[in-house]
Amino acid sequence: MTAVNPTLSRRALLGSGAALVVSFSLLRSPVSTVLAQAPPRLPGSLRRSPKLDAWLRVDANGITVFTGKAELGQGIKTALLQVAAEELGVEPSQIEFITADTAKTPNEGYTSGSQSMQDSATAIRHAAAQARELLIAAAAQRWGVPAEQLTVKAGTITAPDGRSASYGELASADMLNVEAQPQSKLTEPRAYRLIGKPLARVDIPAKVTGAPAYVQDLRPPGMVHARVVRPPSYAARLRSVDSSAVEAMPGVLKVVRDGQFLAVVADREYQAVQAMTALAKASVWDETKSLPDPAGIYDWVLKASAKEYVIHDARNGEAATGGRTLEAVYHRPYQLHGSIGPSCAVAQAEGDGLTVWTHGQGVYPLRAALAEMLHLSPDKVRCVHVEGSGCYGHNGADDAAADAALIAMALPGRPVRVQWMRDQEHAWEPFGAAMVTRARASLDGSGTVTDWHYEVWSNAHSTRPGGAGNLMPAWHLATPFAQPAPEPIPQPTGGGDRNAIPLYQFANTRVVHRFIADMPLRVSALRGLGAYMNVFSLESFMDELARAAGADPVEFRLRHLKDERARAVVQLAAEKFGWSAGRLAKGRGRGFAFAKYKNLAAYTAVAAELEVEHETGKIRLLRFVAADDSGEIVNPDGVRNQIEGGIIQSASWTLREAVAFDETRITSRDWSTYPILRFAELPDHVDVHLIDRPGQPFLGTGESAQGPTAAAIGNAVADAVGARIRELPLTPRRVKAAIGI
Amino acid sequence: MLTLNVNGQPHQVDGDEATPLLYVLRGDLGLNAAKFGCGLGQCGACTVLLDDKPVLSCLTPIAVAKQRQITTLEGLGGHDGPGPVQRAFIAEQAAQCGFCIAGMIMRAEALLRRNSAPSEAEIRAHMTTNLCRCGTHMRILAAVRRAAQMVRSAATDAAHAQEARR
Amino acid sequence: MRLKRALLGLLVVVLLGAAAFFYLVRQPALPAGQPPPPASFDATLIARGAELAMLGNCNTCHTKDNGRVYAGGRPLMTPFGAIYATNITPDVDTGIGSWSEAAFVRAMSRGVRRDGQHLYPAFPYDHFTRVSTDDLRALYAFLITREPVQAQTPANALPFPWSWRALIAGWKALYFRPGEFKADPTLSAELNRGAYLVEGLAHCGACHTPRNRLGAQQNDRYLGGGEIDGWHAPALNSSSTAPVAWTREQLFTYLRQGYVAPHGVAAGPMQAVANNLSAVAEADVKAIAAYIAAIVGRGTAGQQPNAPTPGAPAPGDQDQKSAEGATIYAGACALCHEPTGQQFSARGIELTTSKLITMPDARNLAHVILEGIKPPLASPAALMPGFGDVLTDHQVAALMVYLRRSFSQQPAWPGLEDSVRQARHSATEP
Repeated sequence: MTAVNPTLSRRALLGSGAALVVSFSLLRSPVSTVLAQAPPRLPGSLRRSPKLDAWLRVDANGITVFTGKAELGQGIKTALLQVAAEELGVEPSQIEFITADTAKTPNEGYTSGSQSMQDSATAIRHAAAQARELLIAAAAQRWGVPAEQLTVKAGTITAPDGRSASYGELASADMLNVEAQPQSKLTEPRAYRLIGKPLARVDIPAKVTGAPAYVQDLRPPGMVHARVVRPPSYAARLRSVDSSAVEAMPGVLKVVRDGQFLAVVADREYQAVQAMTALAKASVWDETKSLPDPAGIYDWVLKASAKEYVIHDARNGEAATGGRTLEAVYHRPYQLHGSIGPSCAVAQAEGDGLTVWTHGQGVYPLRAALAEMLHLSPDKVRCVHVEGSGCYGHNGADDAAADAALIAMALPGRPVRVQWMRDQEHAWEPFGAAMVTRARASLDGSGTVTDWHYEVWSNAHSTRPGGAGNLMPAWHLATPFAQPAPEPIPQPTGGGDRNAIPLYQFANTRVVHRFIADMPLRVSALRGLGAYMNVFSLESFMDELARAAGADPVEFRLRHLKDERARAVVQLAAEKFGWSAGRLAKGRGRGFAFAKYKNLAAYTAVAAELEVEHETGKIRLLRFVAADDSGEIVNPDGVRNQIEGGIIQSASWTLREAVAFDETRITSRDWSTYPILRFAELPDHVDVHLIDRPGQPFLGTGESAQGPTAAAIGNAVADAVGARIRELPLTPRRVKAAIGI
Repeated sequence: MLTLNVNGQPHQVDGDEATPLLYVLRGDLGLNAAKFGCGLGQCGACTVLLDDKPVLSCLTPIAVAKQRQITTLEGLGGHDGPGPVQRAFIAEQAAQCGFCIAGMIMRAEALLRRNSAPSEAEIRAHMTTNLCRCGTHMRILAAVRRAAQMVRSAATDAAHAQEARR
Repeated sequence: MRLKRALLGLLVVVLLGAAAFFYLVRQPALPAGQPPPPASFDATLIARGAELAMLGNCNTCHTKDNGRVYAGGRPLMTPFGAIYATNITPDVDTGIGSWSEAAFVRAMSRGVRRDGQHLYPAFPYDHFTRVSTDDLRALYAFLITREPVQAQTPANALPFPWSWRALIAGWKALYFRPGEFKADPTLSAELNRGAYLVEGLAHCGACHTPRNRLGAQQNDRYLGGGEIDGWHAPALNSSSTAPVAWTREQLFTYLRQGYVAPHGVAAGPMQAVANNLSAVAEADVKAIAAYIAAIVGRGTAGQQPNAPTPGAPAPGDQDQKSAEGATIYAGACALCHEPTGQQFSARGIELTTSKLITMPDARNLAHVILEGIKPPLASPAALMPGFGDVLTDHQVAALMVYLRRSFSQQPAWPGLEDSVRQARHSATEP
């Protein structure tokens, strides 16, 4: 693989002057052969890319660190930088940091699932530690001094006699072209300079001063602007389009049509917007009803053909007799990612190759999908990640990259920038799936849960590319690619069944996942996947059981919780919240919830207090207190920011959000037909308390607050009004209906 | 051809006078801060100041901005010399993806130009025009409070300095 | 001129005062008590009262911004001064907790406080008197079982002589015709139901009927267009200037959701009405729509009177303004309001069907341009931003000249910049 377009590197575009770096190791050890080898148990993503110089380069120009993960607004770049600088023994400012780029960085698949710390930070950490040892060994050899006597500071190695050399002076051409070792000598927690301490995010100064920071801000010389005209509904067919008038509009360079993929390219951006409007007006579509009746959507979910997976069936005790049995059914609608900036991409076709600048989550999978769509060899396509607006899962980013690629191929040589309009983003992004869950459990005489039976009905939670068939624009081509049938994500992480298995210890537990393959509305990964709904359901139901058992909800959880770290976050959240059994003022309620994300990642407990207006059912959020254990914390402020943001975003989902549609179209087209939380509706306070576990593995935090927040709100509403609402979102109308007159 | 006064500098702009200011700022003047979020005036990502008032540049035809002062985020200070509101946002680490932040800072700036001691309720009511999707709201509020404090102490310092000169 | 006005005013005062004297003696104070326990009411009675409260829009006036529902404190700006809506929660000291059912029924049907004082007709008892005693009892059962809120209602800001409540007795003698609604046997049950609601509890005429100089409805122009909170309440009768005929189905959807194509959105004070009507029995909203469409609005269909003569010279600087407005329209309005061929639900309506642009009063359009539209609760309408900070009064007026010319057959609005100034001013009032 070579850089397709050496004149147009991302850094040149973004105004920093460094030269192009090509990752040689990747040329020599393609991913397929790495995977085919009997893998040594290497830490994190080193398993997939075991050569050190896939991750690090040290030369006279300085230190470059590579990650296959992408900055999505979660602050991962800063945390990875901290880890690399810690283990290398340098300052963060000494490192040039390169994120996902198929021409430069290792293949780490998708940046998703709160996996980046486990995968990439672990790999970088071990690689950096090993590189540091190699550099020290080189110095020891050069000076004839035992390695233990050498000291490292800010990338310079010093001998006891005062001789010193920088890393750049010591590094040789192939020093890092070696296999990673299974265990490197990591810095002891007590010696940390950087890990566990807040480091200001490296990307924020540019973002608050208007420096170019996003793919939307790319402006390569000769760039032109494109807009697409989408069908008005999923099943719409283009009957006819007369583009002659549009082609004559000022600035219009080209109208691109391939089947019913329609786009227009213009010199200036506003010209492209005007031309798009005109082209939409000039196109005639036949629409058909293809969607379920929105009023009966949960019936559709329950009745759709589903494949049943018994994902957990543990019988350790007698079924309860004579106790009470409770059952409850919960509902969650389709919900949007709704990034503030609509999807965007820049692409340029040159020679026989194509470069795409994208804010997608996986540059390598995207490259494979684009290559398939364009019938190119993957090595002719380069995908470079550039930040976009916030990413909370599989949104329109990959599709926008496909748009840009298709249009760029029709206009060779010119960099083409495509940006979606707001209604296109709302209507065409893949949603978080509608879900139904049913929980049934029995309590014995002592108030202990004996039998727990839980079922979840859900569509897929990942339809990522994959192949070209998961790129939406490819559906509209004259020779279309069909969307492949989705597969469920298997346990232990799960998709629709993510966090469906309770962490609580019950005598008998049975959990069933009913996977619905048919997707009338486009769905894919939204932050937390099924965990949002499953944790809402489980933790709501635990509250219902606690109430039935006459127990305090926190005490009731602890009664069934054996995992010590889980108990610690529950106790910390309760303590910091000031949890008590005392009655609150009329109309006020408090709620509690907990989950260990995926049962594999961060432990997060959330306590909420709110007020419900009796006459209107309006909820006023008062405060949230969260406790979190994300293993060893690299950047505590980064973890806090993720939990705080997760709480507010989940509150928005939980109180307000549902995709509206009719039997033909998605009718959530903007921020009035899909309202989200605004400043006026925020809680008074959000406090996050962290438990640091130095020396323990990193546990991903990015999605861990979504489920607990939803359930804490639901439980607090039930506490406030004495009635439970099991259908999301908790709109004033539903709350008022539950309250009664 | 018309003249726009942006961040204290006059700029000659050609093209249709109905063009929304956002496209001219980004496309013609190369200013990145104001963002396209919805193009419908619903999210505030494109907020800039027009004579100290916060306006949605995606729906502001350049014709109405003639002979008025336009201020964008870039006009508040650059990387090496950020202004008080920008410094407050850095100090509070008030961003996740940051896409909404330019609009947030401009809206906050408009409030503080009018009232450097806003109440919490005033801040929330004023900021409610702008949407954030990452959930960074609590930090944004903290940043606006901190910025108000900085603006006030700067005013006090200036008053003291003037006193000392007398 | 000023002397003549003062003398006229004095005469009015004397006459009304005299009338008041005779009226007053008949209004005793009713005994104060404690609110009856909620269990003393039938639950279905309370539930019926809850719907009636929504139909009557009690919450709209009796709740201040960010205040507790029914706890009062909202000023109603009348030409005579500010009258504050009272606390109608059952708080004994500051609300109606000490009111018996009889006192409540008397207030609604006769406009008299529990202590025997007259109520200002800002409280529309000229409509509420039409409500059946059964319904008033249900309403009482609902209100008196609410959570009491202690909230002192601010004193009215009325200059003398309007601050003198005895004057109201004279006003009543002149204009107030108490008595329950009488069904018209020639109309269907649904139309009678609609008439009962429109003329009674829903008090549509309180806003939609013009008032005379003493604030009484001019019932010869019943529902012929009135005034509320600096907005024009458009005519619902045959003097309507709506560009497209309203069908009863459209009226129903509009009242129920606050939005219907092609007419548009319930903006300004009407929005609260639509929000409430989204929460009541569908049949009642259908009855209101049927009555308005069949009886009140008979013959209103899409009238476009007073079409300007083609080619006639435009007055003053209208051409230049219109050109300026066209540019503003293209850059600020067209993206949402021009048809795209796909008619996404969240877009603004096509302005050829806008009821605001054809209205005789320019203030509503000015309000919408300046303040934007927050969509009603149940509507699929789009959120429209306000342009008050973007456009100067001159620019708003220029845009309105363009809109009026391009999207209606109506003559130019006179005194347009004044209307814009008034709208901007009243928008910033508390």
